Amino acid sequence: MSTIIFFLPFILIYTIFAVYGERKISAFIQDRYGPMEVGKYGWYQTVADLLKLIQKEDIVPKKASKKLFLIAPVIIFTSIFCGFVVLPITSSWEGTLTQNGVYFLLAIVSLDVVGILMAGWGANSKYSLLGALRSVAQIISYEIPVTLSVLCVIMISQSLNLQEISYQQGILINAFPDMENVKNYLFGISALNIDVTNWGGVFTWNIFRAPVLIPVFIIYFISTLAESNRAPFDLPEAESELVAGFHTEYSGFRWAIIMLSEYGMMLLVALLGVILFLGSWNTPLPNIGNIMLANWTTGEPETIAGNLWSVFWLLSKALMWIAVQMWVRWTYPRLRIDQLMSLSWKYLTPFAMFLIFVSGLWRLLMI
Amino acid sequence: MSNETASFGEILIYLIGGIVFISGGLFTAWIIRPKRPNEEKLTTYESGEDPLGGAWGQVNIRFYVIALIFLLFEVEIVFLFPWATVFGREELIEATDGLWGWVALSEMFVFIFILALGLAYAWRKGYLEWDKPEIKPSDFKGPVPTEKYNAINHKYSKFTSEQPKK
Repeated sequence: MSTIIFFLPFILIYTIFAVYGERKISAFIQDRYGPMEVGKYGWYQTVADLLKLIQKEDIVPKKASKKLFLIAPVIIFTSIFCGFVVLPITSSWEGTLTQNGVYFLLAIVSLDVVGILMAGWGANSKYSLLGALRSVAQIISYEIPVTLSVLCVIMISQSLNLQEISYQQGILINAFPDMENVKNYLFGISALNIDVTNWGGVFTWNIFRAPVLIPVFIIYFISTLAESNRAPFDLPEAESELVAGFHTEYSGFRWAIIMLSEYGMMLLVALLGVILFLGSWNTPLPNIGNIMLANWTTGEPETIAGNLWSVFWLLSKALMWIAVQMWVRWTYPRLRIDQLMSLSWKYLTPFAMFLIFVSGLWRLLMI
Repeated sequence: MSNETASFGEILIYLIGGIVFISGGLFTAWIIRPKRPNEEKLTTYESGEDPLGGAWGQVNIRFYVIALIFLLFEVEIVFLFPWATVFGREELIEATDGLWGWVALSEMFVFIFILALGLAYAWRKGYLEWDKPEIKPSDFKGPVPTEKYNAINHKYSKFTSEQPKK
């Protein structure tokens, strides 16, 4: 069964709640109320906004390149949406089984740069063009640290298949085909000879299986913030300088699509990060002696309990991640362009390259 | 049909699904939205002023340089991914008495090192430098003496232990 029947409605519902959540979180951080008028505590605010956006006129500026301008949002959304295809949802419900897995995800998500450039260039507005160029420069610069940090995980797990990576990080490791005899050791070092295969929980998460992945995780977090154009890396749509960046000229439903893609991108990087570093759909609770917390909160694959537990853990971790992204947004001021570029090229990239060396050594010591 | 082809069929479902979803939304919007264009509405937005010229012009050369450096790294990464999935395979390492892993790793270290040299070259040449704003001290002389400001700043700041200048 294709995962599209889960992800397509989920992205929509999640976006509605995330926009509301973001407005509320920002309001509480700034000591105000946020939306309060539509429904109790402003619950229906985003729904009302969405209904309003559908009714709005679709304005295409006279000077714009019409084709590019109209197609761009579709390309942006589709390329990001296609990234979801390789993600597993539960222990027995994964997306496509292609061997390329996360590699395909990175490739197709980069295509949204093309959409952003089309939108910015096609609008023939100075704000849009500046925003698009900044956005493209930023996304391709931070693509390097993101890809290198994903590579570190691939080196540790020796697989591009995200479902296989998920199985490696929990007590079900031996249930996956070809991994019947694989064991997890504490910190991944077999020389310590502490077998944690049956402990499960956080002890088998990737950041615990190979603690070298903790700095990698930090690099991934910072650079995916920039990838999804979130503050403090929101130069492309810096309101105070560029009005709205590359989507200045968009209105109505086309604008809504761009907004949907931005939130979709947040969800995608959060889900990917959870799968790669934070144990995917595995429970955080370990087995302690006779108290089999991990077994109780995981369930067998293919059963209803197993499916429900795994989707619960995956989504709650991802939504926590998104809440942290929002928290960061309302805490840190925006970077300057020279700081942004030097952070990517002079700090994150060399550091990520160094971590590849360390991960390679760690992997060989793991065996 | 092979398994690999079938899995790319699922990617096609996502591709079509995404486009159909967007088209459906746009079609719904097209039915219910008004269409009343006029001259003012269709001008390019420039903060309320009449726009001067178009936006299609020259772009700062730095963007091209960044794109080129990015290309260099992307090509590197294309080679790194297939390597990353095989260099630590247990069966290969056991078959060669542990030699496989170390040889594969050191070969790739040489490869990455050469690319790191490329980055160092671009760094040294200053291609990674962007314009920094110059912060000029203002020569404005206000009626309130600076010491008063410093005293107030000092009084309400939690973080600095700097003494107000006399």
